[in-house]
Formats: sequence, C-alpha cells, structure tokens
Amino acid sequence: MECFFFDLFIVHLRHKIFIKMNLHEYQGKSILNSFGVATQRGIVVDKAEDAVAAAKKLTEETGTGWYVVKAQIHAGGRGKGQVEETGSNGVVLAKGIDHVEEKVKGILGGHLVTAQTNGKGKKVNKVLIAEDVYYPGASQPSEFYMSVLLDREKGRNIIMYSTEGGMDIEHVAETTPHLIFKEEIDPRVGLQAFQSRKIAFNLGLSGEAFKQMTKFVTALYAAYEGCDASMFEINPVLKTSDDKIIAVDAKVTLDDNALFRHKDYAEMRDKTEEDPMDVEASEAGLNYVKLDGNVACMVNGAGLAMATMDIIKLSGGNPANFLDVGGTADAERVQKAFGLILKDPNVKAILINIFGGIVRCDRVAQGVVDAYKAMGNIPVPIIVRLQGTNAEEAKKLIDESGLNVHSAVLLQEAADKVKEVLA
Amino acid sequence: MSVLVNKNSKVIVQGFTGSEGTFHAGQMIEYGTNVVGGVTPGKGGTTHLDRPVFNTVADAVEKAGADTSIIFVPPAFAADAIMEAAAAGIKVIVCITEGIPVNDMVKAKEYIKGTGARLIGPNCPGVITAGEAKVGIMPGFVFKKGKIGIVSKSGTLTYEAADQIAKAGLGVTTAIGIGGDPIIGTTTKEAVELLMNDPETEGIVMIGEIGGSLEAIAARWIKENGTKPVVGFIAGETAPAGRTMGHAGAIVGGADDTAQAKKRIMRECGIHVVDSPAQIGAKMAEVLSVKA
Repeated sequence: MECFFFDLFIVHLRHKIFIKMNLHEYQGKSILNSFGVATQRGIVVDKAEDAVAAAKKLTEETGTGWYVVKAQIHAGGRGKGQVEETGSNGVVLAKGIDHVEEKVKGILGGHLVTAQTNGKGKKVNKVLIAEDVYYPGASQPSEFYMSVLLDREKGRNIIMYSTEGGMDIEHVAETTPHLIFKEEIDPRVGLQAFQSRKIAFNLGLSGEAFKQMTKFVTALYAAYEGCDASMFEINPVLKTSDDKIIAVDAKVTLDDNALFRHKDYAEMRDKTEEDPMDVEASEAGLNYVKLDGNVACMVNGAGLAMATMDIIKLSGGNPANFLDVGGTADAERVQKAFGLILKDPNVKAILINIFGGIVRCDRVAQGVVDAYKAMGNIPVPIIVRLQGTNAEEAKKLIDESGLNVHSAVLLQEAADKVKEVLA
Repeated sequence: MSVLVNKNSKVIVQGFTGSEGTFHAGQMIEYGTNVVGGVTPGKGGTTHLDRPVFNTVADAVEKAGADTSIIFVPPAFAADAIMEAAAAGIKVIVCITEGIPVNDMVKAKEYIKGTGARLIGPNCPGVITAGEAKVGIMPGFVFKKGKIGIVSKSGTLTYEAADQIAKAGLGVTTAIGIGGDPIIGTTTKEAVELLMNDPETEGIVMIGEIGGSLEAIAARWIKENGTKPVVGFIAGETAPAGRTMGHAGAIVGGADDTAQAKKRIMRECGIHVVDSPAQIGAKMAEVLSVKA
C-alpha cells in the first residue's frame, strides 16, 4: 500500500509558499461543533426571503427571542464595518422576528467595508442568523479572548488568551500586554488538565463557569489538532449569564498542506472570497501575488522571487507582482505565467530571472520562446536572465529565436537592463 | 574539515525509487556523493541505480552503514520518514519534501530531540560540501570549492550566492539550505554556529527572508560569538505585509519580522548587510580583502 503511494506521488519542490485556507464564521463553527466545542448557534442563509423561516427554526431550537445578523466574509472588523449600499453595520441585532428580514436586507448582497478590507469592501453572499447570547440572568456575561496557533520559534502550538475579550487583540497587546497569557502545549502528550485549569483560573472563573471553561479549552485544542488548523481565533469567548462558555465568533484557518486528509473541509473553500487572479494562478500551479508596481517578474523559487522584486526597486522600478513558477517551469507553465502578468495594464517591463537547479534553463527558454510566439506580440520589453543548469544552451535558444528580448547572465546585468528600459 | 556532510558520509535516499528520488539520487551519485543505497518500503532486496534498496532505514543502517539520509517522500509520509531515520540512528537527516502538514512537523521535531539526529529542512535544497558530497537538489557545478560557508532559507537564492562567490574567486566550503517552512530542524543560528566552528570556512554568507525571527536570533549570537566576517541579505523588502499572517500570528512573531527590521538588527550586530542580492559576492570579497 505504502509503496503504491510512494510511486504515485511526486514531491513538489518549493513551488508554493506556506498557504492557508480561510473559512467563514459559520463553517468554522460547524467544525468546532463537530469536536464538541460549544458555540453560539445560528443558521446561514443566502436569500433574504429565507431569513424569517431560519429565525423561526432557530427560536424552536434555542428559545432565542432576539437575533444577531452577521455578514459572512473573510475579513475581521465586521461589527464596526459598514455596508456601502445601505450604511448598515456588518453585525446587527434584530430585536424580534419582525425585524429580521429588514436587517438581513441591509447586509446581504451589499459590499461590506471594514478595517481589514480594501475601500471597495467585500460582497456579502451569505449571512448568519444567530441566537442572542447576551440574555440577562443570574450573573453578568463576560467576554474573553482565545486563540490557538503555532509559536514558530519554539516549534510548538500555544493557546493565547486574555481577559480582554471582544476587542482588537493587537490593541490589548499594545496597551495591556500583562493581560495576555500563553500556554505552551507539549506535542508528545498534548494539552493537559492542569493547563486547562490554569487557563480557567487566569480568566478569573469559578464554580460552574470554571468547569465549563476547562471543558471548552480541552475541546478547542482537540479540534485544533483534529482538523489540522493553522490558527483558531475565538473573539469573544463568552461566559453567559447562566455560566455557559461558548464561542461567539470563530476565525478558523486550516493548514492547506493537511487538506489531503480532510476532503470535506477542502470543499468549504470559497473562491469568491479570493482574488480571481490568485485563484487562476493557483490552479495553474503558480504562486502569484499581485502588487501595484510597473515591472513584472517571473522567477523560480520564493526567496529569489522576493530578491528579484527587491532588485527591481533598487533599479528604480516597482515590482508589479510576486511570481514563483516553481521547480517544473515548462513551456505551458511559463505561458500561463506570461498570460497572468500581461493582464496587468501597469506593466512596463518584464524581468524573467531563473536560476536553473532542478529546472533546466533551456526548458525555460523554450517555454519563453513558445509562449512569446503563441501570444503574438508582447508589447513591453522583456529581460531574461538565465543562470545555472544548461544556461548556455538557453541563451543560444533565446538569441537565435529572433525575438525582442534582452538577455543577461549576471544578476547585476539584469538589474542594469531594468534601469535602462525604464529610463 | 567541513560541516554536516563530506566524502565519507554514507548516504541513503528515502523515497529512492520515486521519480524525484531517482532523478536526484542519480545527480548526487554523478557528483561523487557516497550513496550507499535507498529505502522504499516493499521494495527491499531489489537494486536501483546499482545500489541496494531496503525496506526500512534500520536495515540500511545495519547492512550498509548509513549515517546520512535524504528524504524525497511525499508530504503525507515525510514526517514519518524523518522519525524513522532518527529512530534508526541516522545522524544527519536532510528533508527536501515540501508541503508537510505543520502539526506533523511539530511532532516530528519533538520526536527527534534526544536521538542525536540533526534535521536539515524540510522544504530545503539540502546541504553540499563542495567537491565532496552533495546531499540535496542543487546544481553541483555552481558550488566551486573554496573558503566561504553559506546559510540560506531559499534554494535558488543559495545557488545565486554560490555563483557570485565563485565569480568573486572565493568558492564554497559547505552550503546549508535550512528551508523556508515555519518549522525547520536546523535554525539559521545553529547553521552559522557550525560554520563558525569549521576551520576551513573563512567567511559566512547568511541569507534570510521576511517572517519569523531566525535571522535576528542568529545576528545576536554572531555579535557575542562571531569570529569570522558575515555578509547578510534579507529578501522581501518590497513584499507586501500580511499576506500569510493572521492577527494572532503577528503578535507572536514580534517586531523583528520585516526585512527592514531584520537588516537593521543584523547591521547592529556587525554583519555586512547588502541591500542588493547582486552584491553578495562582491561584498564578501571586499570584506575579506580588508581583513587580510
């Protein structure tokens, strides 16, 4: 069996950076629920006319009389954010079933602008109608902050938590860093009971709420490992007036590298939340990030790609993109990469920088030539710098192709040529 | 002398018979690396590239005396392969595989502590001691023998640096590609320390990139313990912030994360930092000639 896999898989060498998959709040909560983590309950709708029925169903399940309507987009700051078309906030309270549809209409289909989106905002395709969890009771509700993530330096997962829930954690870190606590998890034994108790004590809990918090933390960490997350951020974790501990919001980010063992999660990917050019690039096996500059680049290897962007800047230009074509830059891939960068109207020049190791320069050169011919006339100057395995054959290929490309061998020569064509 | 690998290293290839393993094992043998065999579970007892195939790393250690391993196993099985190598007593484990789940690496890194194994990578180009042994996927001819050690997170940027070092008339002792993943076996500081202690190495090139604090930690170590000149470069001055990091991650990462901050810290610690990646070789030549 194992042998079969060894032959079946090909090791992909350095052609993508560590990428993570973001989920919507309602998706994150459903994963948390499946591991026994208590959350605020809700029903997601994508049509305003379904809102009232959803709210009724929610009342039957939870007894809630008020409803929180929450925009589902991949960006934080929704509560304070505003929907461009209506002026509604991204998270609003409907004090009764009669107000639900109107509140939903204020958000659904609009563009929500928050501190974490760009000026155009993000289109809201779904809203979550959630129970009101701030109901009055025997004690005051209180909010906490909790996240689970990797501490890169230690190589271990940590639970980071704070008594200051419901607000921007970066602000807490700046103003009251002593109110942020960290608990390190030993990977050999996982989260221990004493650690859950320590967290609950540090959050100032006692009695039933204390007990519920230890259960919450235990389930949360089990979920983190179980779903191969790369980050959980639960803000706020709420102690309700009747001493339940629940996740009111859930930012769940999964480790892309582990999706092979979670096919159901992989299907949760919402491509409408991602930049269409990023989606096109990732489908072509390219690692691409669009930037605002005027010199496009195509490079093999993430580090060299970043270094090439830096050199463009030092030569008086600005990088128009990050593009790592990876270790198997054949003609098809190079052509797709060309297609991507030429879609950007700001591009005034293209710098191709390939250091052939695994990838042979002549193959890349052939790819450049084929792509150029297939695309007809490329309207901007191209500087090709090929170095490493079969660099000489590659240079010959380019020079004999009769195409309008400048070739360079040294990185400094390539930099100087960029300066030249921009002048 | 040299570090990590040399002509006496007895190297096995895990994932020997796969396409990547086959291609790169062939290249390593051609370079002169002492490849004593490989491991592919279920194919033990056969031969591949004129070398024995073993079912387990333990077999390869026992029967072929392997002490060094290079891993080309697919991401789903790579952490297991690392642990198998460490358990079998392999001393230097080089993991090329990219895309290993982070939580697998958290466990594997913990597992190998105390086994005496040193892990390089994952997601790295490997290690090469010029003229002696190539345990990696780098183009061997770029690494001309000489007196400069290289430590780098990036594969192709390592080749770039080695090429410039050769053109500056200096050449390389050992180049260590430590890998660009969030969890790696050998840190920048540890790799720099190995080269500082290598009598053949007269200068060190240290190449980093944005994210994490490995370069800052290495720089502070160099300030206290450095005995040789270090030329540094950090890629990503123009990279956009916040593309991969969430809110909570930014706090743990701290303020040493940007290229600017890292370069500032490195300069404060006496490292010769270049802003242009095209100037690495020239800078090293300049620094060494001033010293001499």
